[in-house]
Amino acid sequence: MSEDILRMRGITKRFPGVLALSGVELGVKRATIHALVGENGAGKSTLMKILSGVYAHGDFDGEIEFDGEPAQFRNIRDSEAAGVVIIHQELALVGELSIAENIFLGNERKTGPVISWSRTNTEAARLMTKVGLLDNPATLVEKIGVGKQQLVEIAKALSKDVKLLILDEPTSALNDSDSENLLELLRQLRKEGVTSIIISHKLGEVLSVADRITVLRDGKSIETLENADNAVSEDRLIKSMVGRDLEHLYPPHEPKIGKIFFEVKDWTVHHPEQRERIIVNKAAINVARGEIVGLAGIMGAGRTEFAMSVFGRSWGSNISGQASMDGKALHLRNVPEAIDAGLAYATEDRKHYGLHLDYDLRENFTLPGLSRLSKRGVVDQDKVNAVSERLRKEFGVKAPSVYQLAGNLSGGNQQKIVLGKWVFTEPELLILDEPTRGIDVGAKYEIYELIHKLVDQGKGVLMISSELPELLGMCDRIYAMSAGHITGQVDRANATQEELMRLMTLETASGGEELRQ
Amino acid sequence: MTTVPTKTRPSLSSVLHSSIAAVRNINLRAYGMIIALVLIMILFQVLNVSLQNENFITPLNITNVILQNSYILILAIGMMLVIVNGHIDLSVGSVLAFCGAMSAIALSDWNWPWYAAVIFAVGLGALIGVWQAFWIAYVRIPAFIVTLAGMLIFRGLTLKVLDAETKGTNGTFNELASGYQFLGVDLQMPTLVVGVVGAALFVFFSVRSRNRQVKAGIAGSSQIAWLIKTGAIAAVVLLAAYTFYSYKGLPIIGWILLGLVLLFTFIANRTVFGRHVYAGGGNEKAAMLSGVKTKQTTFWVFVIMGALAGLAGVIVTARLHAATPGAGNAFELSAIASAFIGGASVTGGVGTIIGAVIGGLVMGVLNQGMQVLGIATDTVQIILGLVVLAAVLFDVWNKKRSTGGGLMPPIVGTTPGGSGADKSKSPGDSAKEPAKAGAK
Repeated sequence: MSEDILRMRGITKRFPGVLALSGVELGVKRATIHALVGENGAGKSTLMKILSGVYAHGDFDGEIEFDGEPAQFRNIRDSEAAGVVIIHQELALVGELSIAENIFLGNERKTGPVISWSRTNTEAARLMTKVGLLDNPATLVEKIGVGKQQLVEIAKALSKDVKLLILDEPTSALNDSDSENLLELLRQLRKEGVTSIIISHKLGEVLSVADRITVLRDGKSIETLENADNAVSEDRLIKSMVGRDLEHLYPPHEPKIGKIFFEVKDWTVHHPEQRERIIVNKAAINVARGEIVGLAGIMGAGRTEFAMSVFGRSWGSNISGQASMDGKALHLRNVPEAIDAGLAYATEDRKHYGLHLDYDLRENFTLPGLSRLSKRGVVDQDKVNAVSERLRKEFGVKAPSVYQLAGNLSGGNQQKIVLGKWVFTEPELLILDEPTRGIDVGAKYEIYELIHKLVDQGKGVLMISSELPELLGMCDRIYAMSAGHITGQVDRANATQEELMRLMTLETASGGEELRQ
Repeated sequence: MTTVPTKTRPSLSSVLHSSIAAVRNINLRAYGMIIALVLIMILFQVLNVSLQNENFITPLNITNVILQNSYILILAIGMMLVIVNGHIDLSVGSVLAFCGAMSAIALSDWNWPWYAAVIFAVGLGALIGVWQAFWIAYVRIPAFIVTLAGMLIFRGLTLKVLDAETKGTNGTFNELASGYQFLGVDLQMPTLVVGVVGAALFVFFSVRSRNRQVKAGIAGSSQIAWLIKTGAIAAVVLLAAYTFYSYKGLPIIGWILLGLVLLFTFIANRTVFGRHVYAGGGNEKAAMLSGVKTKQTTFWVFVIMGALAGLAGVIVTARLHAATPGAGNAFELSAIASAFIGGASVTGGVGTIIGAVIGGLVMGVLNQGMQVLGIATDTVQIILGLVVLAAVLFDVWNKKRSTGGGLMPPIVGTTPGGSGADKSKSPGDSAKEPAKAGAK
């Protein structure tokens, strides 16, 4: 048995017109956790798709050796048969089916042609214990939080006798404690001989969990770092990823904070379907002109729900409380009224809530502000074109023209479109929900600069983020939220991760994950 | 006059030529259908000449295609809006029958003047639209169910008001479907004049818009591609005008259709309402969070559909010189087929008015052509069915090619490959839709 479970040599993959991977080398040692890092578009996902057979043998150049033998996977079925299982960022679970059914989906426990429910449930329970999932196997997947859903995916992989587990951004949707659980599970599996490859943007967790780290940049493997004794520093890694020194992660900014102009008090929101459930409980916040205000909280704390309910009641039921802007009370019944009142909400979920992926830049940029570009209901197409072109340049969207479909752009560029479309409505208060989720270091920096530009114009920004360093780096003041309550605020000078963490997990926080559903 | 001199939805048509990404874009199908339509006509011409020693492409035959399919085309225009908005309407055949019956009753029993009967039918259709739209848009019952119910309800009402009998109509009313003179004015010369003026106007506006785009530095297509497109459309307009002119001119119903196509193309492309119809169908949640009143938009889409079904009811009645209980049977399916052949996407958000009309004409020409050749109706149905399937297949294939399955990396942005490939997946076609964890 060789020491390396996986060797990929000279992997080159071309798409029409572009070279996605060029001569990539990757060696993964048996029973280790190997991290694959790089900016968006560096080729990480493409490489993993090649490894898992999504791109069939022959569609690319180069050799793969898995478990000592040359591997020629034609599809996912082949790779899974060999023991390679990939868990995508977007989980492939069926919400309406139970945990047990999901674990054995496509691999059912049966007697003859008939599914054996007793075996399904007992074996599921065994696998679930292994991954630390203590729910009833018959629970529907849609009823459990996203952190537990990740565990279901891993249990599913274990049911297939996985030798090499590939996780693509496994913690991007998880809160800190769920992330830590997941990483601990990987360490556990490592002890049992399972090798993992983890793709992540969160360098902190990469450094804490990975034995070795391979850096990809522009479709090439740059280097592989030994991290068994946590010898690699974050700066070292970033430098390798971006190929240049990134002086600071956050651009320098001199805040010019004015008067408080936006206030919400006693804001209470109930769940849209289960109307007796309180999701946001008497929340109160305010924002000053020129100020970036953060909203921290673990997933399920009600941050997004709070923001969306303020934004023209676009989420929740039985919403009560007072909102005011510049001293005038706001009574917003719907999103158009919120936009007219000077609010904007850039969603955390670009693909589903933020953009029309099948439409071009022009349609996306101008949708919320279309009435500004029209007279008596008739759209002035010349203005639409001109405005879109201006926004494309202003926001540095890397697209050849405004006719480009939003769906063909990288995450960072999509996020710039989302920002652009809201800035065009000239909001006074811009609510940014996870503005840098899933985008690379370089694009983050650009987004931060855009945010600074906005507050320099006297606008207010409310920024929701799950990354505490980001809040600490960007915000002038940070509110913490826990289980629907605002549990405190800290200003820039006194803010530390520890203090925020303490506020975010204050007493009421139990069962925060379930609240999300 | 089928290929109308309007710009197609700019975001789609201009995209077509703009870049590699654009070439793989959705409108390929609508353009492909124009070419298919021409090829089908040429095919029948060749077959007819060789088998029966007759021309197929004659002014008479072309005029007949319009006359015989006018009501389907009217329905297809409305159906396209409905489908683009992400819904479906199964009730239009029955609504058409009911409105047609009521117009015949108003005309023959109540002795209303013809125009009052027409307005009555259209208004009634709109009211029915309001009824269905309420359930669909505000109560959020799926359109499939609401209009399935409507299909039964309005068929039943038709039988009731007609006592299961035929009600004759006469006079100017009947001229609407087949006449060539409107209020005593012969339409032959106006056909030619409008054709020439229309082509000229089209070229004028096309040049103006092109110049503005070039000036703004965002010309979507190469000069050559633009020239070919503009020239071809102008030529088709002139040719069509001349063809109709050589018979008796464009019939009244042709003018009505022309007006509808122009009006609704304008609404779809150039009005806030129209753009909201697309945005709501393309991604309802994103549209809602962008300030689109999606419910209200859907409501009006169904009201429009109802009114157009009412108008189609008038035309069917006028064409048969009578309202019959079975009128419009299965017309909803022809209208839906027209929309899909003409480039509507099964997942909503994509499609053009002109596409729906071309889709309807493809079916009409196939029908007419096979009839002229003496092919039996059963065979004709089989072939039409295959055409619908092929058209949607093309859509699926086209989508896969442009976005699906990570076959294509992002064209731009950072470097190729990577997670960007997943990002290009459209919301509709992901077989592996995640469990939507954490989604609200």
